[in-house]
Amino acid sequence: MIDHVALLPAYLAGATAVLVLLVELLLARPGAVLLSGVLGAAATAVAAALAARGPARGTFCGAGGCSYVLDDRAALVAALFALLALGVLGLSAGHLRAGAVPPGEYCFLLACSMTGGVALAGARDLILLIVALETLTLPLYILVGLRRRTAAGAMAPSADAAVTFFVVSVVATSVTLLGAALLYAGTGAVRFAPLAATLADGPPAPLLPLTRVGVVLVLAGLAFKVAAVPFHAWAPATYDGAPLPVAAYLSTASKVGGVVAILAVVTGAFRPALDVAGPVLAALAVLTMTVGNLVALRQRRMVRLLAWSSVAQAGYILAPFGAFAAAAGRTGDALAAAVAAAIAYTVFYVVMELGAFAAVTALRPPDADGGDLADYRAAARRSPWVGAALVLALVGLAGLPPGLAGLFAKVAVVRALLAGGAGWLAVIVALNAVIGLAYYVRVAALLYAPADPRPAALPATAPSPAEPHAVEPPSTRPAWPVAAAVGTTALLAVLVGFAPQIVLAFAGR
Amino acid sequence: MSALLVVVLALPAAGAMVAALLPGERAGRVAGTVAAALAFVASLLLWFDRSAGGTGVIRPWHEVDVAWAPALDLRFHLGVDGISYPLVVLTTLLTLLCCAYTVGHVPAGGRGSALVALLLVVEVGMLGTFLALDLVLFFVFFEVVLLPMYAVIAGWGGAGRRAAARKFALYTLFGSVLLLVGVFTVVASAGTADIVALTGGAALPRGTQHAAFALFAVAFAVKSPLWPLHTWLPAAHTQAPTVGSVILAGVLLKMGTYGLIRVAVGVAPEGARWAAPVLGTLAVAAIIVGALVCLAQSEIKRLIAYSSVGHMGFVLLGVATLTATGIQAALIGNVAHGILTGLLFFLAGAVKDRFGTGDLAALGGLRERMPGLSGLLGYAAIGSLGLPGLAGFWGEAFAVIAAVRRGGPLWLTLGVIAAVGGALTAAYFLRLLRRVTHGPASPVVAGAVCGPIARLEVAAWSPLVVLALAVGLVPALVLGMASEPVRAVAEWVAR
Repeated sequence: MIDHVALLPAYLAGATAVLVLLVELLLARPGAVLLSGVLGAAATAVAAALAARGPARGTFCGAGGCSYVLDDRAALVAALFALLALGVLGLSAGHLRAGAVPPGEYCFLLACSMTGGVALAGARDLILLIVALETLTLPLYILVGLRRRTAAGAMAPSADAAVTFFVVSVVATSVTLLGAALLYAGTGAVRFAPLAATLADGPPAPLLPLTRVGVVLVLAGLAFKVAAVPFHAWAPATYDGAPLPVAAYLSTASKVGGVVAILAVVTGAFRPALDVAGPVLAALAVLTMTVGNLVALRQRRMVRLLAWSSVAQAGYILAPFGAFAAAAGRTGDALAAAVAAAIAYTVFYVVMELGAFAAVTALRPPDADGGDLADYRAAARRSPWVGAALVLALVGLAGLPPGLAGLFAKVAVVRALLAGGAGWLAVIVALNAVIGLAYYVRVAALLYAPADPRPAALPATAPSPAEPHAVEPPSTRPAWPVAAAVGTTALLAVLVGFAPQIVLAFAGR
Repeated sequence: MSALLVVVLALPAAGAMVAALLPGERAGRVAGTVAAALAFVASLLLWFDRSAGGTGVIRPWHEVDVAWAPALDLRFHLGVDGISYPLVVLTTLLTLLCCAYTVGHVPAGGRGSALVALLLVVEVGMLGTFLALDLVLFFVFFEVVLLPMYAVIAGWGGAGRRAAARKFALYTLFGSVLLLVGVFTVVASAGTADIVALTGGAALPRGTQHAAFALFAVAFAVKSPLWPLHTWLPAAHTQAPTVGSVILAGVLLKMGTYGLIRVAVGVAPEGARWAAPVLGTLAVAAIIVGALVCLAQSEIKRLIAYSSVGHMGFVLLGVATLTATGIQAALIGNVAHGILTGLLFFLAGAVKDRFGTGDLAALGGLRERMPGLSGLLGYAAIGSLGLPGLAGFWGEAFAVIAAVRRGGPLWLTLGVIAAVGGALTAAYFLRLLRRVTHGPASPVVAGAVCGPIARLEVAAWSPLVVLALAVGLVPALVLGMASEPVRAVAEWVAR
């Protein structure tokens, strides 16, 4: 007996993908395609919120548990994916209008990826989890390389990025699959509940090392998706080569996918094996935030800086799981606090990261890439509102007021770590916040720096391909959906900053 | 009356919004100043209708307590008592003076209305820190100050402002993240973040207290600043615009010393007893080092900045003794330093504006050219070096007395060395006066075209001049209301 209500959000997400293709075929107007995609994503989010009312719904159940469960948390994650897709569709308006990408294919792939995310939210089975995660990621390989440019020079970085991303991601998936296979060999289960039960009972002695290796491999494979160090090398090149809205999607949805997957296996399947998983996750978190922050200090390109910063942010998201390394962190209360902190951080992070990318997109001409940091000099003086939104997002990512959302995100992580007895990790998180401020504040100060007098002194010439950044247009008005995305994310950041309890309460369920 | 606490915070916040959003630049500055004036009046009104509530060590006159984010143990819990009230009034007064000063005099760098808005946001952070009775809320307000102050220095500062502002932001963030870890070390152990409950409630375990106090002490030592964590301060003060320096020295540093008294000593008294000798030794080292560095300074703002290191050393010495006298000395030292150093920075800014340099070697003979300004500078310098009858005296004298009364070879030695440091303070301030005011007029001073003291300057300075004398003659202005709460804290620590 299949519970179709539990699957409704996934159905709607899939239907959105079909719908945009049909609209493209029948109407062939970018605006209509975009609108249908937006409506579909909104319907998916609403369905997720509605389907979660009442008790948790499970389906595809068998001995010992269900493969797919739509509970409060799954609904939150599903809605988050749908809203992210919605936001990214809004950001893409300029690109679609400029004819930079084919609208039908673009929206279809985005909707497919959203479907993967929605399915991932409820996955309680290793196979379903991996399939959903791949559905989330596969369309992104094409999206990263999808740019309708004839100039060979403009084509190259995008294609490069797509190939890098594809190769690394395939390796990661095979590692995860190998881990899942080893776990199946050791325990005979793929559903989380029976898997956890078998791990708790202790598999037969000769198979014990096999399951431990399986746990580590699954986590390592998933760490690729969140771009955790040392599995991060694909991220900066891929983000920088992709169109800006796709980079925004990669740094939010793709990362959330990895986090949700790790969260699901850690709290569901690996609960009895946290003594193995804990140190792995602690090491990943420390490496990820420290390396991400240190390398970000040296970046000169906007998207690369955001990419490295998002690597560092992944470290903060994983940090609460590091508390599992200590016995005190594995008790019921501490575990719940760690999970709640990770989810809360993820939600706050997504709002601010999407806000940062939205503002960057709005500040750039349609279909431009992120450009050098120097291109943003005095940008906030030219467009004060968008500049303020970008500063709010950056400061939030740094974790300081007026970006209260980011501050409370960091507070939640530190609180969970200290409650779990991992004071050392809390200190590392805290010190990393100091390193992080150094580059966020550099960008923020650049936005308000007085305009460089030199370019104005040069005679105005048409930009030649050899030096694409020689002359910047003084100010470009962003398309209204982009402006709406900037405004909405900024308002959302302010809202959850003043009322963090909205997010924290949901995360703590 | 409790709603007044929220009003005191809301007025500057609203003023900042209005100042930032008003299209007219001058209108923004005036609107911000009006908000600052209203906030000052509101803070004065807090004095009325006092009734010490509760039975604990901290008995706030007025209290507001609303849940904000239960999942983070964060409550919007504000209160004011005799320890925090003088600092609250000092904050609203200095911000008002700085905003008013900006109405007539915008430093080069950007829109004056934006500067006023940032000053008001800083005020919100400072007031919130002094009023917060919840550890997490205290931390949040502690952080609010950081970026606006960064923007003030980076936007309107001198030639080396970028580096100075970044150093300020990174150093102070380093302090405040340790505060965050300390706060949740306490919360994880005690299960509450309520400062009132933690001060005078069930004692925390020893290990927790030691860890928490160490974290708090480093955090507040960076902010105060305590030698050897002071290196951000001279750069920030020298580069900041006049109003930025006044706020920075006048109030921002007090967040550190106030935090030490209210949070570190109050919440972890056993940790305080454990660390007191170290703290006291560092404080005395700061006095001596600050004075010696001042003797070698050749720039007026830098000299005043370093003198803050020494003055804060006296304040921290007072706290470190953990006696009622010492904490009283720290409180009045805080207020006196805020008044006198605020005035000194205003005057140094006036000198630099007129002569275009703060170099002591280039200045000289100010007395001949501008007797009024030079007289005021002399007044402020003499007050700052601790002449009896002016505000600076009480803090320094009583810190030394408290250390000597504490007894034992260590504290006696510390008291004696601090007294020597007080003499050195006199030496460098007199050197400053000799260089700047006395002697024949230097070419720079003689050649500069400088107007007389403007009416606006008189308006901004005279409250500080009057207060310096008033607090010096009647220290009970500050100590009267503080004596009861300080005694309670000292007893709680000594228990």
